[in-house]
Amino acid sequence: MSKLMSAKTKEILLGPLAKNNPITVQVLGICSALAVTAKLEPAVVMGISVTIIVAFGNVIISLLRNTIPNRIRIIVQLVVIAALVTIVSEILKAFAYDVSVQLSVYIGLIITNCILMGRLEAFAMSNRPWESFIDGLGNGFGYAWILVAVAFFRELLGSGTLFGYQVIPQALYDAGYHNNGLMILPPMALILVACIIWVHRAKDKELQE
Amino acid sequence: MENVVSIFVRSIFVDNMIFAYFLGMCSYLAVSKNVKTSMGLGIAVIFVLGVTLPVNYLLENYVLKEGALAWISPSLKTLDLSYLAFILFIAVIAAITQLVEMVVEKFTPALYNSLGIFLPLIAVNCAIMGGSLFMQQRAFVNIAEATSYALGSGVGWLLAIVGLAAIREKMAYSNVPAPLRGLGIAFIIVALMSMAFMSFSGLKI
Repeated sequence: MSKLMSAKTKEILLGPLAKNNPITVQVLGICSALAVTAKLEPAVVMGISVTIIVAFGNVIISLLRNTIPNRIRIIVQLVVIAALVTIVSEILKAFAYDVSVQLSVYIGLIITNCILMGRLEAFAMSNRPWESFIDGLGNGFGYAWILVAVAFFRELLGSGTLFGYQVIPQALYDAGYHNNGLMILPPMALILVACIIWVHRAKDKELQE
Repeated sequence: MENVVSIFVRSIFVDNMIFAYFLGMCSYLAVSKNVKTSMGLGIAVIFVLGVTLPVNYLLENYVLKEGALAWISPSLKTLDLSYLAFILFIAVIAAITQLVEMVVEKFTPALYNSLGIFLPLIAVNCAIMGGSLFMQQRAFVNIAEATSYALGSGVGWLLAIVGLAAIREKMAYSNVPAPLRGLGIAFIIVALMSMAFMSFSGLKI
């Protein structure tokens, strides 16, 4: 195991969580990140789905990397991703129907999530399967935690619930507290991501433009 | 006909791809640094949407939907191929994007050079795939409706990207806090634009 977890693989796994985060630094996969974050539950499901798909997509492409002709590699990558997404979507429909209805088209849109193409093209095409797998996991987690963070604030402030359970005590509402309806609307997702970027870049001066 | 026009207007203003659904955000943020390039990309998106969506509409209604294959033989009436939708849609989109890329390279090399990597990336632009998936979800009654939805969404996308590019060009002269420069402030601008577009949501057409 020590060989499997060398310093380099650790960097591959942990880098995307902060320094090389797919959303806030590489600016990939923003569409779905913003659209599914009004509630925590779909955000978590989305994060897990993307992590699984990017990890296994990376492994498959990495195994095939020497046999794919360069000219048609985009099509091959798309077919691999589309097949994985179809599997995940059918599984969700079977076991978590409510969530899959909430996610609606955004599950299908994982296919065109730039994180996938970005990682396959930039990493899996030139690295071995194990490292590609780790890279996929790292990027998936990096994507997932932003989603969860944004969804946490939107659900908490917008509906006063977490995972559908009420967390803001009734007494507060009686005292005149109101849910912030703006939080549920699309623009607030953008503002929250902007705030995360702001904090992140204020801490890490290297990332500033 | 009335319906077609109303779908067109709705998809530009009310159901705007960017401001209501965040589709195509990646290239939207990356290419919106100057108006000319973003105009080119916007037109490419309208074109690709306008071609792929009707093709996918036909595919959906004559191949994929449950009972859609009945026109070949009545025995296929119970066949439901809709699980193949993702793969077929993306294949159509990738092929057509390749075609557009070749046409643009041949006829307007200047535009081709300025669009750079983003032309092939239209294939993975969520707006295109999203258009097809929304088409599937909304079950338009005929191909004219689907086409008008495609063109409307494309125009809405163009409007959004040109607007953002124009603002970002002007922003070069303003003093933004260092950590927000670039990406951060772009997000906030999009959020404000999106709030402005929400005022169209009461529109009854």
